[in-house]
Amino acid sequence: MDGDGQQPLRVDAPDMSMEQRQVVPNALLGTMIFVGTEIMFFAGMISAFLISKASTPGGIWPPPGQPRLPVEATALNTVALLLSGVAMVVAYHQFKKSPSKATAPFLVSAVLGVFFVVFQGFEWVGLLDHGLTMSSGPFGAFFFLIVGTHALHAVIGLGILAKVFVLLRQGALNLGGMQALTLYWIFVVLLWPILYWQVYL
Amino acid sequence: MSATAHDDHHHGPTFAEIWLLQSTDHKMIGKQYMFIGMFMGLIGAYFAYAFRMQLAFPGVNVPGFGTVSPLEYNALVTNHGTIMIFWVAMPVLIAAFGNFLIPLMIGCDDMVFPRLNRLSVQIFLASAIVLIASFFVHNGGFGGAWTAYPPLSAKAEYNLTPLGSTLWLLAVVLEFAAFLIGGINFITTAMNARAPGMKALDVPMVVWMICIASLLFMASVGPLVAGAVMLLFDQVLGTGFFDPDKGGGPVLWQHLFWFFGHPEVYVVLLPACGITAEIITVFSRKKLFAYKTILYTVIGTGVLSFFVWAHHQFISGIDPRMANVFTITTVLISIPIAEMMFLFIATLYGGSIRFTTPMLWALSFIAEFLIGGVTGIFLGSSGADIYFHDTYFVLAHFHYTFFPIAIIGTFAALTFWFPKMFGRMMNDTLGKIHFWGTIIPFNFIFIPLFYLGAAGQHRRIYNFNHYPQLATPDLQALRVLATVSLLVMLSFQAVFIYNMLYSMFRGKKAPNNPWNANTLEWSCPSPPPHGNFGDELPNCYRGPYEYSVPGRDEDFWPQNLPN
Repeated sequence: MDGDGQQPLRVDAPDMSMEQRQVVPNALLGTMIFVGTEIMFFAGMISAFLISKASTPGGIWPPPGQPRLPVEATALNTVALLLSGVAMVVAYHQFKKSPSKATAPFLVSAVLGVFFVVFQGFEWVGLLDHGLTMSSGPFGAFFFLIVGTHALHAVIGLGILAKVFVLLRQGALNLGGMQALTLYWIFVVLLWPILYWQVYL
Repeated sequence: MSATAHDDHHHGPTFAEIWLLQSTDHKMIGKQYMFIGMFMGLIGAYFAYAFRMQLAFPGVNVPGFGTVSPLEYNALVTNHGTIMIFWVAMPVLIAAFGNFLIPLMIGCDDMVFPRLNRLSVQIFLASAIVLIASFFVHNGGFGGAWTAYPPLSAKAEYNLTPLGSTLWLLAVVLEFAAFLIGGINFITTAMNARAPGMKALDVPMVVWMICIASLLFMASVGPLVAGAVMLLFDQVLGTGFFDPDKGGGPVLWQHLFWFFGHPEVYVVLLPACGITAEIITVFSRKKLFAYKTILYTVIGTGVLSFFVWAHHQFISGIDPRMANVFTITTVLISIPIAEMMFLFIATLYGGSIRFTTPMLWALSFIAEFLIGGVTGIFLGSSGADIYFHDTYFVLAHFHYTFFPIAIIGTFAALTFWFPKMFGRMMNDTLGKIHFWGTIIPFNFIFIPLFYLGAAGQHRRIYNFNHYPQLATPDLQALRVLATVSLLVMLSFQAVFIYNMLYSMFRGKKAPNNPWNANTLEWSCPSPPPHGNFGDELPNCYRGPYEYSVPGRDEDFWPQNLPN
């Protein structure tokens, strides 16, 4: 090897292990990126909401003459959803020990999730009866947009939960799949208190 | 991954796999993206032809189109922009070459989520069909400019295209969904499926660039999708998110749009830079100058690109103090990009340069993009922008960025990887005729438009004869020059189409490694079979740019050779 100012010849000793390394399982990594996008999606909606709220004429929010949101009842519902998230974390840890043990906390999580969505459905019917609609002004529009988008995510999450539950019963669920589901559901659960704080309070 | 799925696939691709998008093979999906993108590119070019004819010869009966009405003119310019960015630049540069190159370059048999990949191209085709369908509904396609500012885009009584604008919005959202799925696939594959021994800094630059571009896209697209849903509700449900009469704010849309819109420039720029890096190293037989610096520069550019968006809104009534901040960030972002261009030039310095067709494209990318970058400094300065805003100066500026990115980048990549994609060589002489026949007229189209913009010619005007100051003969002569140059440039594309189709079926058979390049895709057969590398996937022993290493007989050193 003749040096004279040239870069020295790079001779890397070949990596003796020579195997593919998965830093994070595929399903979990894909879900992580997806959840990142979703966080930006909700960040866009919330910041639009905050800008509109801050530029209300007179600075009075919620605008006079609009129905009030059921703060206490929704607080109860928030607790239900948070418990659903806790149950999912328990299910994940049980799954790591033995998949069959995950069934019970998994079902608890799903039932609490369904409770949350149904409860919110009744709340919406009540609000619509009181005249809060998407076209009744920015208050109603943002309420149904943000809360509705979250509800849509919860419903899709429950659908995935049902599909994964079938896989779990068949013993066909792998750890990556369970991790991906847990991450998505935790995202849906933890997003809610932020929305509750911003939209309801 | 899909090792077992490959076993029953040793026959050639079936009819359904090719034409009904039923294939899960990343190479097939990449080609499908490319051909759909090129077809959309022809539509976009046809639109440009129609409205440029109207601008140069107002009221003329355009051959192949007919007379352009004001409503049609609006739809033409809007959809030209939309198509060229969302249905040409993104699918061809990121999706087509990302799909084709990433598994081959990192040495694996397919994407980690092959079925999601197939879903991605299917959604993309659906989005293209929805967009094309919007041209044929009542009153035609959407005409509120590709930026879709409300209230023009939100209210049918203003834009006169009640269904066209809704379909346009749906098509854009569908297209984003396709790229979201594709981007997740790219990043997961590049992180988890690299060949044994391939460390992060052994990854070819174009793979890095496509992955960083995908990350930028996914981090920026959320707020725009939120805005698009709100705009859709404004259109069809009568909400007032962007309607001042109902308590909304039209500038809000501009923030949501440009928060995505400016990173989007870098989303398409980075893959083109990566393609340029691959080509100039191969054809100057030199190591890429400052690999790590380029990489960190790109990451820095990506972060900074999230803090420049409001330079599109200097005259939208934003606070002047905010304009100052965005002027500074905008001028700052030209530093890393200029640095990257210098590093490319430093790569060329002292190399043994071979002027093949792909190399000409890569070099012209650097030269032409430079003009686009330099003219951007004027627009990023809030004071100068008050005059230049919405003039043809802006238009010429971003065509000097997007044309090198989308068109030059695509031609560079396609002529370079054509042997690997189709197993045959392209004709180099025809390639060079096409190159000069594209590059020279390109400059004759857009340099006059800089002058017109500096003379105060406003964008999105149907007929300049209605404005006495702009209807002078010398300005009209520049418009005619631009249009005639466009006709010349478009006619030279026939050379390319002939060359591509002829070479695909009749060209000289390509060897595995026609350019004596190092990266892993050149170690598998041309074209690669299903599963890419046969029974044994390659190992990677060194970085991708070991050219002209002293002490070796050959001037290249492929990544998969132990020594």
